[in-house]
Amino acid sequence: MLKIENLHATVAAKPILKGLSLTINAGEIHAIMGPNGAGKSTLSYVLGGRPGYEVTDGSATFDGADLLDMEPHQRAAAGLFLGFQYPVEIPGVSNVQFLREALNAQRRGRGEEPLSGGEFLKVAREKAALLKMDMDMLKRSVNVGFSGGEKKRNEMVQMGIIDPKLAILDETDSGLDIDALRTVGDGINTIMRRPGKAVLLITHYQRLLDYVQPDFVHVLAAGRIVKSGGPELARELEEHGYAEIAA
Amino acid sequence: MDDVKIKDQAAHDAAAKVADYEHGWSADIETDFAPKGLTEDTVRFISAKKNEPDWMLDWRLNAFRHWQTMETPDWAKLNVPPIDYQDAYYYAAPKPKPKLGSLDEVDPEILEVYKKLGIPIEEQKVLAGVEGARRVAVDAVFDSVSVATTFREELKRAGVIFLSISEAIREYPDLVKKWLGKVVPMHDNYFAALNCAVFSDGTFVYVPEGVRCPMELSTYFRINAENTGQFERTLIIADKGAYVSYLEGCTAPMRDENQLHAAVVELVTLDDAEIKYSTVQNWYPGNADGLGGIYNFVTKRALCQGKRSKVSWTQVETGSAVTWKYPSCVLNGDDSVGEFYSVAVTNNYQQADTGTKMIHNGKRTRSTIVSKGISAGKSNNTYRGIVRVAPNAEGVRNFTQCDSLLLGSLSGAHTVPYIEVRNPTATVEHEATTSKISDDQLFYAMQRGLDAEEAVALIVNGFAKEVLQQLPMEFAVEAQKLLGISLEGSVG
Ligand SMILES: Nc1ncnc2c1ncn2[C@@H]1O[C@H](COP(=O)(O)OP(=O)(O)OP(=O)(O)O)[C@@H](O)[C@H]1O
Ligand SMILES: [Mg+2]
Repeated sequence: MLKIENLHATVAAKPILKGLSLTINAGEIHAIMGPNGAGKSTLSYVLGGRPGYEVTDGSATFDGADLLDMEPHQRAAAGLFLGFQYPVEIPGVSNVQFLREALNAQRRGRGEEPLSGGEFLKVAREKAALLKMDMDMLKRSVNVGFSGGEKKRNEMVQMGIIDPKLAILDETDSGLDIDALRTVGDGINTIMRRPGKAVLLITHYQRLLDYVQPDFVHVLAAGRIVKSGGPELARELEEHGYAEIAA
Repeated sequence: MDDVKIKDQAAHDAAAKVADYEHGWSADIETDFAPKGLTEDTVRFISAKKNEPDWMLDWRLNAFRHWQTMETPDWAKLNVPPIDYQDAYYYAAPKPKPKLGSLDEVDPEILEVYKKLGIPIEEQKVLAGVEGARRVAVDAVFDSVSVATTFREELKRAGVIFLSISEAIREYPDLVKKWLGKVVPMHDNYFAALNCAVFSDGTFVYVPEGVRCPMELSTYFRINAENTGQFERTLIIADKGAYVSYLEGCTAPMRDENQLHAAVVELVTLDDAEIKYSTVQNWYPGNADGLGGIYNFVTKRALCQGKRSKVSWTQVETGSAVTWKYPSCVLNGDDSVGEFYSVAVTNNYQQADTGTKMIHNGKRTRSTIVSKGISAGKSNNTYRGIVRVAPNAEGVRNFTQCDSLLLGSLSGAHTVPYIEVRNPTATVEHEATTSKISDDQLFYAMQRGLDAEEAVALIVNGFAKEVLQQLPMEFAVEAQKLLGISLEGSVG
């Protein structure tokens, strides 16, 4: 589904990704761990097509298509979803309005009919219930006045409504309380553990992986994948830290 | 008439040339021009064309003579090239036709114009006479003369008078004489005086005591003849306890030459009366290089003469090359209320200088000002407002909120509030913010599936929401679209 080869990228003329390769197949869940500043969020932004993140070498394909050649909204319509480490506030725009416009823009991009207000609200209610989020929250402005944990949970409601093929979730677990972590974990499994879908979890902690068990765990350090393994790698890291691996 | 055909052809060509302005086209309707230039004879010509009584002609001539003694205004934040008043036409009317009994008799070309203007489907249904359609009366000011008035009969039953101002001058001279020029005196400012001398047509509304106008009244202005200054005149009177909501919307066809528009709008509310006046202004703003576009120098003022009366101005200003406009409220009646909700968008080389004046003369009068300025490209957007509290106006309250949103780094936003309080019991609050659309917001919205322009439109609509939600439903939808369209090309 996603094939990244020798990816080099710079931010503000500073090289951050330095030859990163990673392949994710449909049906797989991958986790990326790594020290602060290693380039994990940068990877998600580069894959999402964020302006200012310049690819200087390498390639990335999504379902065989050149991902790097697409506009951000085209990548979204193709099925790529980013769960943001720091979800953004949009004052005056309700979550319902935001998501309905976004979803219908994606559907238009794929040549599908737009959802009516009623159809959309049905989906929204279902996903909000799944993530145990009050519908009233969805009527409020996007992330405005949301607590840190509420913002993360809102990202997952958005993922549920948008129903992507590949979700890259950047520290979705940080800021969540113990119960919320379980709810979000269950939500990710319900929404994404399906044939034809895949997830890339970026996380610092084992605890999310207890709920969403990865098939592969990678260590990203200094802009490259320096080690890959199975779920046991995450536990090793939690015990020993990155020092010996990066060495 | 050949001359006219050539002009219309030229207009068509101009429209075809630049296709990126959605409403950039010109209908092929023969126009009856007054000779070019502005003299007493022009004023007499206009007055004669309209079959006006002598008192009206005298009033106009008075204004004209006064105008000749006036200096053009000093443009503060605006950069306006000198206007040659002798190089313009002051009157253009569609070919004279017999009075129309119903809309079926309206020139199909004019109906086509409505369609291109994107008049909401509901209103088109009304125009088409579909049963059960929501009732909105449209008094179409096409070029300068009203050519179609719907629902006049039903309004008449309610006692509401909704006419072109030239008809009102002939049919209700006493009402017109009583209020015309009383809210905006002819010597008020340069453009008001000019308007008094040469106004070609406009709208007159009178809602009698205790009557709630049974429908929203709507007028679509359109500048349709090349090089024709537009001088609309609107007078709305809400008698004791009356209520009316009035919608004004405008677009203009593509032009290479700057066109002057200097309207005067006067509102009067007596005891317990309320007028809600909503505007969506989308005149041609000029092209991306700042060429062409309308000059919009409008004087809009409300006189809240009665106790507990209320006037609410809501405006969405996206068009015109230069906008100079301060819808104001003179709050004379005790406990009267003035509101001003404004969104002004400027892009490319547009300049907008807009705001309001709230003049608190009555006791316990209240006013609310919410201004949202959005500047993109190399444009300049200024909020200029006055809140004035008279010495014996006890217990006055005002709240002002001015927010500016910048797109890119070449545009300008300015806030110039004047506060003159001469009574110590007044509570006057002013808040102002300036922000930018952040890259974070844009990328977040794009990652969810919106393209760059849709993302900007969404964020801008969120910014302007407090104002947009003041608009009547069908107008709000149009206005939201308009904000997006006006900012096209401002990102990416
Ligand atoms: N706009 C920028 N200008 C300069 N440096 C930047 C910019 N954006 C990111 N960086 C740098 O790029 C590096 C990688 O950042 P990134 O956010 O990808 O790290 P991360 O692996 O997600 O870290 P964390 O675990 O703390 O979230 C950091 O050193 C960061 O300071
Ligand atoms: Mg990060």
